[in-house]
Amino acid sequence: MPEAFDYSIVDEALAKCGAKQSSIIAILQTIQEHYHYLPEEVFPYLAAKLDMSEARIYSVATFYENFSLEKKGKYVIKFCDGTACHVRGSVPILERVRSELGVTAQKKTTDDQLFTIETVSCLGACGLAPVMTVNDEVHPAMTPDKAMEVIYSLKVKEDAR
Amino acid sequence: MSAAIKTKAIKSRKDLQNLREAMTKAYTSQTSKIIVCGGTGCVAGGSLKIYENLKAQMENNGLNVEVSLEKEPHDNSIGLKKSGCHGFCEMGPLVRIEPQGWLYTKVKVDDCNEIVEKTIKKGECVDRLAYRIGDEIYRKQEEIPFYKQQIRVVLEHCGKIDADSINEYIAIGGYEAFEKALFDMQPDDIVSEISLSMLRGRGGGGFPTGKKWEQVRRAKGERKYIVCNGDEGDPGAFMDRSIMEGDPHRMLEGMMIAGVAVGAQEGYIYVRAEYPLAVRRLMNAIAQAEELGLLGDDIMGSGFSFRIYIAKGAGAFVCGEGSALTASIEGKRGFPRVKPPRTTENGLFDSPTVLNNVETFATVSQIISKGAKWYLSIGTPTSPGTKAFALTGNITNTGLIEVPMGTTLRKIIFDIGGGMRGDGEFKAVQIGGPSGACLTKDHLDLPLDFDTLKKIGAMIGSGGLVVMDSHTCMVEVARFFMHFTQNESCGKCVPCREGTKRMLEILERIVEGNGNEGDIELLEELSDTISNTALCGLGKSAPNPVVSTISNFREEYETHVYEKKCPAGQCQKLKKIYIDPLTCKGCSACSRKCPVGAISGKIKEPFSIDLTKCIRCGSCIATCKFNAIKEV
Amino acid sequence: MKNTEYMYVDGIPVAINGEKNMLQVIRKTGVKLPTFCYHTDLSIYGACRMCMVEDERGNLYTACSTPPRAGMSIKTNTARLRKYRKNILELLLANHCRDCTTCANNKSCKLQDLAVRFNIDGVRFPNRADDNKVTNSSASIVFDSGKCILCGDCVRTCHEVQNVGAIDFAFRGSKMLISTAFGKPLSETMCVGCGQCAVACPTGAITARSEIQKVWDAISNPSVKTVVQVAPAVRVALGNMVGIPEGKDVSGLIFAALRKMGFDEVFDTSFGADITVLEESKEFLERLKEGKRLPIITSCCPAWIQYCEKKHPELMENVSTCRSPMEMFASVIKEERQERGKKLFHVAVMPCTAKKFEAQREEFLGKDGSRNVDAVITTDELTHMLKEAGILLNEIDPEPVDHPYDNASGAAVIFGVTGGVTEAVLRNVVKDKSRSALMKLSNVGERGNEGLKIFELTTEDGVGLRIGVASGLANAEKLLGMLKNGEKFDIIEIMACPGGCVAGGGQPFVHADVRKTRGKGLYDTDRMLSIRHSESNASVQALYDRLLKGREHELLHVHYKKK
Repeated sequence: MPEAFDYSIVDEALAKCGAKQSSIIAILQTIQEHYHYLPEEVFPYLAAKLDMSEARIYSVATFYENFSLEKKGKYVIKFCDGTACHVRGSVPILERVRSELGVTAQKKTTDDQLFTIETVSCLGACGLAPVMTVNDEVHPAMTPDKAMEVIYSLKVKEDAR
Repeated sequence: MSAAIKTKAIKSRKDLQNLREAMTKAYTSQTSKIIVCGGTGCVAGGSLKIYENLKAQMENNGLNVEVSLEKEPHDNSIGLKKSGCHGFCEMGPLVRIEPQGWLYTKVKVDDCNEIVEKTIKKGECVDRLAYRIGDEIYRKQEEIPFYKQQIRVVLEHCGKIDADSINEYIAIGGYEAFEKALFDMQPDDIVSEISLSMLRGRGGGGFPTGKKWEQVRRAKGERKYIVCNGDEGDPGAFMDRSIMEGDPHRMLEGMMIAGVAVGAQEGYIYVRAEYPLAVRRLMNAIAQAEELGLLGDDIMGSGFSFRIYIAKGAGAFVCGEGSALTASIEGKRGFPRVKPPRTTENGLFDSPTVLNNVETFATVSQIISKGAKWYLSIGTPTSPGTKAFALTGNITNTGLIEVPMGTTLRKIIFDIGGGMRGDGEFKAVQIGGPSGACLTKDHLDLPLDFDTLKKIGAMIGSGGLVVMDSHTCMVEVARFFMHFTQNESCGKCVPCREGTKRMLEILERIVEGNGNEGDIELLEELSDTISNTALCGLGKSAPNPVVSTISNFREEYETHVYEKKCPAGQCQKLKKIYIDPLTCKGCSACSRKCPVGAISGKIKEPFSIDLTKCIRCGSCIATCKFNAIKEV
Repeated sequence: MKNTEYMYVDGIPVAINGEKNMLQVIRKTGVKLPTFCYHTDLSIYGACRMCMVEDERGNLYTACSTPPRAGMSIKTNTARLRKYRKNILELLLANHCRDCTTCANNKSCKLQDLAVRFNIDGVRFPNRADDNKVTNSSASIVFDSGKCILCGDCVRTCHEVQNVGAIDFAFRGSKMLISTAFGKPLSETMCVGCGQCAVACPTGAITARSEIQKVWDAISNPSVKTVVQVAPAVRVALGNMVGIPEGKDVSGLIFAALRKMGFDEVFDTSFGADITVLEESKEFLERLKEGKRLPIITSCCPAWIQYCEKKHPELMENVSTCRSPMEMFASVIKEERQERGKKLFHVAVMPCTAKKFEAQREEFLGKDGSRNVDAVITTDELTHMLKEAGILLNEIDPEPVDHPYDNASGAAVIFGVTGGVTEAVLRNVVKDKSRSALMKLSNVGERGNEGLKIFELTTEDGVGLRIGVASGLANAEKLLGMLKNGEKFDIIEIMACPGGCVAGGGQPFVHADVRKTRGKGLYDTDRMLSIRHSESNASVQALYDRLLKGREHELLHVHYKKK
């Protein structure tokens, strides 16, 4: 028997953003802020509350890059895919990190649920290219080695727990 | 202890004037100021830690630090502020010292002690933190070539004022233009002043702002909306982010003036979620304006009511397109819709809507205060004013700049940008991001303005300038942009959804050495179809990078297709990496470093690379101490 | 009076008479622009870009979304336009399963049509059609994303016309697809099986789930007795396959053809409809007398039943307990047409995809678990079977149905068109059975192609009745909204498909005007029949005296289980 889903976070989001169809993006963002992804249970619940088809909510959620329907790792590491970062060599960094962590463009999260590796459209920190973010903290002027150092230090921190 | 100036809600014009007077006094009395850059770039470099450290050290030293303006008197106190982006991101984190106007670059937490001891206590410049070119030292910010050549109108306050303080904005004349528009001008006067100024939309197309406002003013509708497009999605552009982060009130003021002019009651700012700092600063600015009574019902007793809301984007480049943006605010997929009707008649929530971008709104207040004539005195006759550009790529000084319209690329790249970084030669500059075109050395002396660029098939777009040197492969650049557009295509219309996919497919095979005869022509044919038949502006402009690179660098394409070579040496699949057996010592360092296990061999004998496994990442080349690994 | 305004299409002046878009103006010149995403019943989408036209300065416009402007001069067939249209088609084909010969919609596919029309002689891109993505996701509908061109017609139909919203776009760009939430099977969504998405689909991406093989197997099995019933709406749509005009009643030809195909007994669902009229009238009069559970809401349409169950479960107690004509007739057939030593296999030919689901419902299984209707085939499927059997409908002679269910009233025949059920019941309810009374009843407001009709009428006993008739579920939703807002209704008729069963999800696709023609065909038949009241159907009366005596509730009514 799966545990009953706790809808209090969803209710809070509805209260905060307004229970109307035009607020759906803000509502989903608020829910994702809490869970770091959008649990499937949320959709039928929102559909009923907003008198909106579930397929339409799914449609909105899958349109926008920032919504995730999959659980993410504890550390979400994003590599900027922008022009400046690209020109200054972001691809080799990404390839190195992916191969060392055993993830790919499709399988983004490590088996131990510790890291999720993503690319992100330009972060606007082009002056610091190539840029990587770890849970939204920006790490500037990356190289493959520097990126791996950051990741190892996180791993060490986790292992120590 | 100093007493706080009471800030109470503004109920009348007089209240605002009184507050301004008090704040101006407080601001000018605070003679010494330390301004730490709080823009995204410098924050990433650790500027917030520098700010905290400076604050702690100053307090420990018994210095009179003031972080807010609301206290007086300010005599003998030292203002410590977090500003928005100074623009010179390359040199960040930046700290500006006033009244001297010094700019400290690449500041580290360890430098704080010296700043406090030398600069704050003794008023001396820490020369080692000043900007240098060779042996020449530039202490003052305004003397640095990067800044000296710029004219800052929109970015005037960025990096100079506390971006989180409405009082500081008011102290330097903020909301004066709004006051004027609200009490001294008729809505028609506002629209005609904007029309006279010939202000053109800074978001890309350069549509006359006054004409847009006029259309909305005339449109019938019970509700009208002001929407600010802060969905700056072009890779390599961050002008709007810097304005939102550095001078949020200026943008709000522009929206409020637009509200008065067209008779709107509500405004929305659509900001990318990738700009969390901008969202925070804007939310704070709106809250402050509401608290003061500059936003809300019956503002200053004028009868005009206006509110501003923030809609956070959720990651879709296409939402920079007007109708997709309004769809997104309405909680829908960001699909552009067919026009007519235009946004000015039928925009947000099916109501007449003024949709302008951040930079445009940020320009409005000055046109209202200083008049259209002043604005027309800057820039070119048909494109007056200034334009902010984000300068990135293989250039010495990356960062945010603002120059008069009509400035040449040469001046921007070589004078302000300091020329090329590294040993490469200037090859091209991509202007306008994925919707834009690449310009070459033939275009270096063209004046940058809306009409000149249009004539050569390019556009200013939002203002990203990505400089590329001779090591950059133009086919790869085209592939990169097509990958971006393809990934960001909303999927609604066939030409963009299917066409960009096929263009990317062809470009990918060309850079991988699998190009076929006829591929270049097929790219041209698809470009023609897409640019003429796609539904929205973004789709129509999607082939631009391909079209312009083919027309300027056709031979580079041909070399890829027919000779399977990349003249710039950038296309990795066309590279071959080999180990020179005569130089290799067999130390195995490279094979241990190789992420894909492509290198093998016996210790003390020459190693070799399995090219079928090799991903050409180059980490072996960087590792080899004997320079035995070569690339061709 | 304002002077008529003109625009120029290929040099010819054409009057603008309030057309909303250039496409409609251009149609008047005898030019049919290619379109995928344009449907008169749906909102403008403007995404296929096929209908572009060129003005004198070389500007291009999508004709579907651009209002005509006086004095404007456009060309519909220039070298550029032809090139772009070909390119767009080529791009679509490159992403499309091109196994035309094995496609259910072979030769009734817009993409195929246009590829032929524009002479696409090759595709220069590798085929990237989604393969193995056929999802047999409900009893009614099969979806094949490899054939989808993402025109969105199905999405807009499902949302705008039907207010169901079971499907939508998911993801974006080249990853975009049509999907339910989380790709769940349609049967687990709000889908009601109406099949309007399949009707709207210009290719073979959405089709009715085929039961053809099952039916052939039964026919060719000597130990199986096959009995078939044919719904009223089928007879005015099937003839078109051999060039007989839409709306022409070809019931006699269908009965003959079904016998030729090998069915042992052939019946007309109209017979079942006559029983329905009697039962529903009885139920209505009882409720009216008691003043309870009013309005009575019709129950013939299985898509509506699913809609009500899923969206308005509290209204289920207002829904008539009458089984649909198909199911009433099926339970009679199952009781009376068994033959010793043979298995009975009952097939229903329906204009409808939702009937496929209805036939599976647990409420319509016998005690032994066997279905009352073993297979439901649509008009489209019957067309295929006739072709397969080589039967040329226009070259055979008409025949009547079999004994003993060999009569049908006009009231039953008009079940196939919106308002028909209401009119049939009213004919039964009013006491005056004269011709003039019939005439009067055909004019009270139930006829016509509008999606929502509300009218009042006073019976001979002075009882004022307020009646609402809706076709298309979005219209039904409006009507139910009025009801929930406290408006009084006595009878509500709901048909899920716009126009009623004549435009059902199992019928060949037609535009709104042809729907009218099909409806008219049924009204024509009604007028030509000697029996026009259900209670005058002697065969039905005989059945009441025979089988149904005391068993009405067991055989003719149903209580749907709460979900």
